[in-house]
Amino acid sequence: MNGSDVVVGIDTGPASEEPRAAAKPLRLSGDSVFHGAAMFAAFVAATTLFGTVIAIAYDSRLSIHAFGIWGFLKSSEWNPVTQTFGAFPFIIGTLVSSTIAMVLGVPVSFGIAVFIVEIAPEWIKKPVAGAIELLAAIPSIVYGLWGLVVFAPVFAQIEPWISHSFGAIPGIGALFQGPPMGIGMLTAGIVLAIMVLPYISSIMRDVFLVVPASLRESAYALGATTWEVAWDVVLPYTRSAVIGGIFLGLGRALGETMAVTFVIGNSNVLSSSLLMPGATIPSVLANEFTEATTKLYVSSLIYLGLILIAVTLAVRFLAVLLIRHLGRREGAAA
Amino acid sequence: MRGVLARRRAVDVVSKILMATATVIGVFFLCWIIWATLKYGIPGMHWDLFTKDTPPPGTDQFGLRNAFVGSLLLLGLSMAIGVPIGLMAGTWLAEYGFRSRTAETVRFLNDIMLSAPSIEIGLFAYAAVVAPMGHFSGLAGSVALAILMIPIIVRTTDEMLSLVGGDVREAAIALGAPAWVVITKVTWKAARAGILTGVLIGLARITGETAPLLFTALNNQYFSANMFRPIANIPVVIFQFALSPYTNWQQMAWAAAFITVLFVLVLSLVARWFLGKVQVAK
Amino acid sequence: MKKSLLFVSLALSLAIAASVLALAVVSSADESTITGAGSTWVYPLVAKWSATYQTQTGIKVNYQSIGSGGGIAQIKAGTVAFGASDMPLKPEDLKAAGLIQFPTAVAGAAMSYNLPGIESGKLILSGQVIADIYLGKVKKWDDPAITKLNPGLKLPDMDITVVHRSDGSGTTFTFTNYLTKVSPEWKEKVGSNTSVAWPVGVGGKGSEGIASYVQRIPGSIGYVEYAYILETHGSYARMINGAGKVVSPTLQGFQDASAHVDWAKAQDFYVILTDQPGADTWPISGCTWQILRKNAPKEANIAVMKFFDWGFEHGQQMAKSISFGPLPPSTVKAIQSYWKTELGYGI
Repeated sequence: MNGSDVVVGIDTGPASEEPRAAAKPLRLSGDSVFHGAAMFAAFVAATTLFGTVIAIAYDSRLSIHAFGIWGFLKSSEWNPVTQTFGAFPFIIGTLVSSTIAMVLGVPVSFGIAVFIVEIAPEWIKKPVAGAIELLAAIPSIVYGLWGLVVFAPVFAQIEPWISHSFGAIPGIGALFQGPPMGIGMLTAGIVLAIMVLPYISSIMRDVFLVVPASLRESAYALGATTWEVAWDVVLPYTRSAVIGGIFLGLGRALGETMAVTFVIGNSNVLSSSLLMPGATIPSVLANEFTEATTKLYVSSLIYLGLILIAVTLAVRFLAVLLIRHLGRREGAAA
Repeated sequence: MRGVLARRRAVDVVSKILMATATVIGVFFLCWIIWATLKYGIPGMHWDLFTKDTPPPGTDQFGLRNAFVGSLLLLGLSMAIGVPIGLMAGTWLAEYGFRSRTAETVRFLNDIMLSAPSIEIGLFAYAAVVAPMGHFSGLAGSVALAILMIPIIVRTTDEMLSLVGGDVREAAIALGAPAWVVITKVTWKAARAGILTGVLIGLARITGETAPLLFTALNNQYFSANMFRPIANIPVVIFQFALSPYTNWQQMAWAAAFITVLFVLVLSLVARWFLGKVQVAK
Repeated sequence: MKKSLLFVSLALSLAIAASVLALAVVSSADESTITGAGSTWVYPLVAKWSATYQTQTGIKVNYQSIGSGGGIAQIKAGTVAFGASDMPLKPEDLKAAGLIQFPTAVAGAAMSYNLPGIESGKLILSGQVIADIYLGKVKKWDDPAITKLNPGLKLPDMDITVVHRSDGSGTTFTFTNYLTKVSPEWKEKVGSNTSVAWPVGVGGKGSEGIASYVQRIPGSIGYVEYAYILETHGSYARMINGAGKVVSPTLQGFQDASAHVDWAKAQDFYVILTDQPGADTWPISGCTWQILRKNAPKEANIAVMKFFDWGFEHGQQMAKSISFGPLPPSTVKAIQSYWKTELGYGI
């Protein structure tokens, strides 16, 4: 594709025509300076990832030394007074809120993607796709503001219904008990679900479009319904990228700070109910970081950040791997 | 046989309804959020927001001037750091690395950084800039924002430069231009719409980012243009004002949210318009 | 044509941004700004004082109310000129960290509640009941423990949503200190500090956060400085004090608490004002201490001392207007001589 493959990158200036026998003094030609700068920039871009992990790991060493790895992970005691810190409630909070976001968000995203690609008439496709993408443009602090001031009071009206109907189911009923505050773990999960919709659905949409027309057409020719084409042909074909997209959304949900901090209720105590307040690693960082009084406190907070990075890194790594896998299969740019 | 067909048709109809409902849900929440931003944000708009600084609590005054200036400074410095690095890194990928193992690794790592949670980057900026300096600063905030911006610019630059046809480059080489002149004066110029799009999208991404600024730039109730100290900024002011019980503060939080959303939407639309031109030219 | 216009405007805005940037780099540390951080309790007072101080002297006091915990952390780290904390540091801690502290003004915290139909001041609570609510033992508003104290009031069958601070707070210290005095169970299970392991409840950031949650959630209760309740027209509960009388949060009630301690005698002004005796004393009274570093630059410390001295002398009416009680003149004199003895210089 690029004729420049051959030409660019080779020093075509006059310097290359000098005889090679004599030792050349080091010339700082425009090309080598530029090349060096570009290489340096690429190096910086590539190593920010490692720099982040190393710097954060370094600043957590005080806390790691004090509490160890397993001890910190399973301890539920977060007590700045006695200077004992444990990550368990925040890990659970992060996982639970993100799980709710995925459980609610993935089906809706799938529905949106299928609707736009397979079902919608031509004139609706672009506006709807644009509208969904706008959801991603809204800053997360606006989500938080809306969540607390607008959504929570409305949701507080719905919560009594939730605790009466779902709360009565034996077994999982305990998940839905509690006063109707409007804020809490469930609210945070719902807001997160809305936030990840554009990311998951747009990746699904992109990969659905990559499916060869011939595949679709032959399925239709055999008499398949729209749903069957979507579920039995398109989805299996794009499976790895779809999973990658879901992981991408999960990565976003795990690391989301501002929206969650506004509506999760900031309780460092583990509760069995989704209607009760909780905390996630990002929300406790946002709340307590600037007020951590001791080195151990700060280090423990950074330790929490390290745990978060470990989890999101694994998730994002898998996501990129899976999405690129499909791209490579198709020969299209990932 | 007829029963199976009827069932399949029913499933198809039900699924179509569900998919449409899902879309309606998505659009509904978008409209709700935008409606709320307009409803609460527009009444809070006063000229004072741009001419006066943030007022102390318990008064009826309005003002966000220091926050706007601080945010502009933060965004400006982030761009000054992020755009050159992103542009050059993307250039390396497209013009020197091509499809090599190294380049593909860089692209992979870059894609991972694309979705990095901003709070992690904020922690890194704290560890790398705030802690050594001994105090909070706008500089640390800009570093964090730049790191968030770079992956976007790298990726867009890489893709846009790759699209530039070989014939343009060959013509320049034939005229005797050295490689770096070819890249900067010809290839960059040809791809400038696309590169600009990347910068705009990157800018849209970091506008409104609060978490990384919470423990880097912090906040400042007074007007200040000093990037080596805490500086006022819109997102942290929204955070502080929104969670307060003071009516004028809450109104200002919404007004600031409205302006932020407007700014981001305009940036996104302009970026998309540019992207459209690039697609047409392809 | 349109596209080049866009490029021109983009270039122009970049140029503007660059020049503003140049301004930023050129502008060095502001000579006329004092930075402080800490207690949200004292924030309304410092904000009022600094606004007037600026118009009179041109000197800006930049105060960030991030909670007493943050104030202590920042002054220890030397990133601010003064740290404000509602929890006084113990003399041995001050000595170890090279710090000094002095009080500012007296005020009180009250329980703010959101009960539709029940006006401000109508609800009466006792320390024991508050402790039980915050322990999670009393869960509903029509619990007999509460109705017993409020015979004339129709309390709803509503869940109590407890609101506490999510950040490190001197108000929390004052509140929990009071609870340890009136509830042995609280003392044993939770204790008292700027940040505690709350058995139940929702966490708000800053007093603003608590007041904000109480405003929004029906059936909620939270502890807030009285100044904030006044500012936000919130509802406050009356309390039964140590003398067994029902009292309202008033400036007089806070000052009565202060009158029972000997400021001048206390080393480093370490006094606790909760649960003081007296018929009209407000039980949850407290104070804010300003903390300085001994080895901070002399000019920085002098600037801080000058500001607060100005406040002691000229700011008393402002303080009283938001229910902050001025320190007695003898205490102010004691503070001035404390500065001289501890730092080696005064103002």
